[in-house]
Amino acid sequence: MSEILYDNEAKIRRKQMITKGILYSLLTAFAIFIVIPFYWMILTSLKDAEEVFSAPPSLWLRPSEWEIQNYWLIIRGEVPYGRFMLNTVVVSAISTVGTVLTTILAAFAFARLNFRGRDAFFMVLIATMMIPGEMFVITNFLTVSWFGWVAEQTYFDAILAMTLPFMTSIFYIFFLRQTFKTIPNELYYAAKVDGTSDFMYLWKIMVPIAKPTIITITILNAMGTWNAFIWPQLVTQFNESNRLVSNGLRGAAYVDEAGRVLYNEQMAAAFVVTLPLLIVFLLLKKYIMRGVSRSGIKG
Amino acid sequence: MLEEKHHFKAWLYLSPALALLLVFTFYPIFNAFYLAFLYNFDYMQRTAEGMTFTTEGINLFHNFRRTLQDDLFIRALINTLIIVFVSVPVSVIISLLLSVWLNSIKRFQGFFQTIFFLPYVTNAIAIGMAFAVIFHREYGLINMILTSVFGMEEGLNWLGRVSVDESTPAIRAWFQRYLNLPMLSLMVFITWSGLAFKIMVFLSGLQSIDKQYYDAARVDATPKSRVFRRITIPLLSPMIAYITITSFIGAFKEYTAIVGMFGIDLGPHGDANRLITIVGLVYKSLNEMDSVGAMSRAASAAIILFMMTLVLTLFNMYVSKKRVHY
Repeated sequence: MSEILYDNEAKIRRKQMITKGILYSLLTAFAIFIVIPFYWMILTSLKDAEEVFSAPPSLWLRPSEWEIQNYWLIIRGEVPYGRFMLNTVVVSAISTVGTVLTTILAAFAFARLNFRGRDAFFMVLIATMMIPGEMFVITNFLTVSWFGWVAEQTYFDAILAMTLPFMTSIFYIFFLRQTFKTIPNELYYAAKVDGTSDFMYLWKIMVPIAKPTIITITILNAMGTWNAFIWPQLVTQFNESNRLVSNGLRGAAYVDEAGRVLYNEQMAAAFVVTLPLLIVFLLLKKYIMRGVSRSGIKG
Repeated sequence: MLEEKHHFKAWLYLSPALALLLVFTFYPIFNAFYLAFLYNFDYMQRTAEGMTFTTEGINLFHNFRRTLQDDLFIRALINTLIIVFVSVPVSVIISLLLSVWLNSIKRFQGFFQTIFFLPYVTNAIAIGMAFAVIFHREYGLINMILTSVFGMEEGLNWLGRVSVDESTPAIRAWFQRYLNLPMLSLMVFITWSGLAFKIMVFLSGLQSIDKQYYDAARVDATPKSRVFRRITIPLLSPMIAYITITSFIGAFKEYTAIVGMFGIDLGPHGDANRLITIVGLVYKSLNEMDSVGAMSRAASAAIILFMMTLVLTLFNMYVSKKRVHY
């Protein structure tokens, strides 16, 4: 009797082990699928001129074979990546500061203040989120051209054209309002009794409490600028020195005299653009993931 | 008097956001419709010959008609629909499975989670270029695997130009035109980059499901597949609905991924616009602003895109109202 029981238990345990094994192998397989593009990018970027044109391609390189020089060629090459990166950082910083400020003020009005038409207006904003951005892009391009920020573009024009249209976001207003709403009303009443103004209450109480959400908004917005391609491509078409990194990356032609694409240099440039994102991600993972999973639950 | 009305103050707080939204969001919506009904709008001269509905002998939907009659629009439409209806279901199912598997393990969960989240934080142009190298005919990883592991004699021309043989049967010609190797490679990239967000949302949904349901199922010795169908799926249905809707909207707007992988010409070398989408067409028209009516055609294409997204979203919401368990 006990032997049968024991037998059964062993069977169940073995079955569990097999299931676990399958589970981990499947997850590992997909993890490899996710990592391959990064690996291939770095690997290719370290190949020398001969290695990169050999078929079949080698799957790994010994450190002694690494052609670090490719990165030098990128940094000192014809495409001014330093400048494009600086442009991106400036645009990113300005638009993020602007977005965070307008978002905090608007979210406060929606979460804390009573005014006529608040809910109706909020619904209109939410409905607007469904409209594809391409509907806006056409007119916004006409608008910034009309403001004189596209033709004969100065650096200042370019910064304005690339930041002002993105200095607020309905999604972030919605996101921050949800956080503000969780702050108990009693805090507000207590502050009122103490004679604190609304403005001071917002900056001294609400903003510190909502700090994690505001950090998430800051990171997501800054990353969005780093990856922006379409809009900067449109508005900097007459002055290419004002481009951002993505435009520089796609616009550059890495070809040798024979007209072959130099994939090693191309991938080195791609990795230079990717690396800051990976660093930000690994340092601030908590805030980014939090923002993403939040948006799903509340959506 | 603590909860008094603050009409003036509230609008003061809203004013910075509101001013920007008025100029860059609300006005453009109306202006897109205005542009779409302008007749022969010349952007360079800033002139138009009136509206389509006041000009005699001109159809009200003149600009829409010109857009719809454009062969390139038909191609853009079919490409967009293929991306939407193939890549969204595939990536939703894969990410659903991955998040369920991920949720059922304890060791290395955080590690896998971090890896699966990586595509979310990457630059689509940079990674698209890496995918182009991976799919390269001679130096790419995929063809290397095909030839050395699967014993194929030579690799496939994944990103090569597509030549459509008019003498082939209609169905095969259709596949050559639309569901070709470059499209498949593009879809691998699109699926890759879409997984991260979906897995994160599903996983946080799974983690918020009350463990009692699973405990009850274990007491009753319910088979795993039944637990998945009767507990996990229904309780996850709000997230599934949310993800499906946002992914459909996102897939309708696919453009940057194509630029990343194929460059600004939106197609293999020597085969420009092979993978053009509706959004790609909108930007193409925007770049032809010196031709009369280009802005109006861009606006009408954007409106058609909006209408399609709207119809699909409403349909999705209707389905989820019936099927989603809150």
